[in-house]
Amino acid sequence: MRNVTVLTQRELNAQFYSPIAYVVLAVFLVVSGIIFGSANFRPGAESSVRVLFSLVPMTLVFFVPLLTMRLLADEFRSGTIETLMTAPINDAEVILGKFFGALLFYMVMLAATLVYPIFIAAYGQLDTGMAVSSYLGMFLVGALFISVGLFFSTCTQNQVVAGVCSIVLLAVFTFLGDYLAANQEGTLRVLLQHLSINTHYENFTRGMVELSGVTFFATTTILFLFLAVKMLEFRRWR
Amino acid sequence: MIEVNKLTKRYGPVPAIEDVSFSVRAETTGNIVGFLGPNGAGKSTTIRILTCFQPATGGSATVAGYNVFTQSMDVRRNIGYLPESAPLYPEMRCREYLTFRGKLHGMARGDRERAIRRVTERCWLGEFIDRPISQLSKGMRQRVGLADALLHNPKVIFLDEPTIGLDPTQIRETRRLIKELGEDHVVFLSSHILHEVEQICTHTIFIAGGKILASGAPADLRQEISAGSRLIAEIKGEPQAVESAVKAIPGVSAIECETSDAWNRLTIEANGTGDIREDVFKLVSAKGWSLREIRREVASLEDFFIKITAEQRGARV
Repeated sequence: MRNVTVLTQRELNAQFYSPIAYVVLAVFLVVSGIIFGSANFRPGAESSVRVLFSLVPMTLVFFVPLLTMRLLADEFRSGTIETLMTAPINDAEVILGKFFGALLFYMVMLAATLVYPIFIAAYGQLDTGMAVSSYLGMFLVGALFISVGLFFSTCTQNQVVAGVCSIVLLAVFTFLGDYLAANQEGTLRVLLQHLSINTHYENFTRGMVELSGVTFFATTTILFLFLAVKMLEFRRWR
Repeated sequence: MIEVNKLTKRYGPVPAIEDVSFSVRAETTGNIVGFLGPNGAGKSTTIRILTCFQPATGGSATVAGYNVFTQSMDVRRNIGYLPESAPLYPEMRCREYLTFRGKLHGMARGDRERAIRRVTERCWLGEFIDRPISQLSKGMRQRVGLADALLHNPKVIFLDEPTIGLDPTQIRETRRLIKELGEDHVVFLSSHILHEVEQICTHTIFIAGGKILASGAPADLRQEISAGSRLIAEIKGEPQAVESAVKAIPGVSAIECETSDAWNRLTIEANGTGDIREDVFKLVSAKGWSLREIRREVASLEDFFIKITAEQRGARV
């Protein structure tokens, strides 16, 4: 566990040294600002953070992979994986350290959006419960996205390949799930809805924390972390 | 310190190393062992297996008394490793990097700081210890990598081509450092530069095409190949007479003669390890000829290397 903390700390520092992270942070804030502004500053519009929170995961599909694509791909490309994995640290600790490092940076990103609920609270009426459940939802979505990004970063030494693969997979499960489900019937429809990230996330933005939603995000996150550990082992066996 | 038994590693069906066995013990091999071979011989693969980075396909190995496969974490605690390209995180500062590595090795704050001071001094990092690694030259990075390998005071240090890409001064400094390290650590270094190994190693293991071809002290290996030496002599006299007289000296197996301006340049191949220079001199003075050069060419590891790789190429064809 000590190794995980050491690596998490290094990863978080590395994010802050990286220009990509700052660009992602800045663009994320600009985009969320535009969404917030266009949803609230219209005559007759309800002043609420609901629209913002329901659209954020869509933008994360593009932003999170930019943060995670480097994680292992860069270690493989530069060869630092060799010095890292000949130190007394095992494969699972490496993956967890990287995961928590990215997750902490993601939480910094989320913290920067706190300005919007604070703004609403100051000038209107904030539904605190809904805001809290939305943040929980965004946290869970982020953790899942990071684990998917991390998995693809473990598969290749090319950051761009890792990033594009993550974006494609996440986009399919975020955007297409609802769309495909709407055109199906019966069990297939239910199945597709259950696989759709948006279906699960929407409940959080309505202020509902459902066990099925939390379980969905937690288990898929763990699944991808597990796959990442296996992929790391596999690449060393080759 | 290192015991390797029938180690095999295959990438798909292609073996990178096959049935590699050797052993490194301070009392028989000394502390600095050179792992010598041409590029692509399997040197890095072997080192990666011994440092627990890659598992082998077959065979077994122990390092510092621990099994590489079953006691991987114990092995890792007892080794330092500098890979060929000296990979580092460019965004970190040297001190920051060494601190991170020290933490990974579970060193407490006080120990860590002392260790960093020790390796800083040892690897001459003083002036750039607080500089970002991205600003350092190749030679400096190599030193940072070496400092990292020494940080936790490991029993065995693996260095993969430690002098590659350095300038001549840095090469000399690195070699001196390796010799110093041999006083308290076992150093296992790979190289394709023969005179480097001859200079600094107490024991040499030859690998080519994934197989161990020879091992021993550099001097013994030289003896092995210099069974039969070559003499160059320049003698003034009647060419035919000189050639036949020299050929009659016991031990001479072959002779080549080139004549220019009355001087005969003879290349004499001799059997055995005996020195026939004196015989040649006595012959020349008895016959009243003149002698202006006589020298013995002792085979170097270079010759051995060339011979071995040529044989291998022959075998493959």
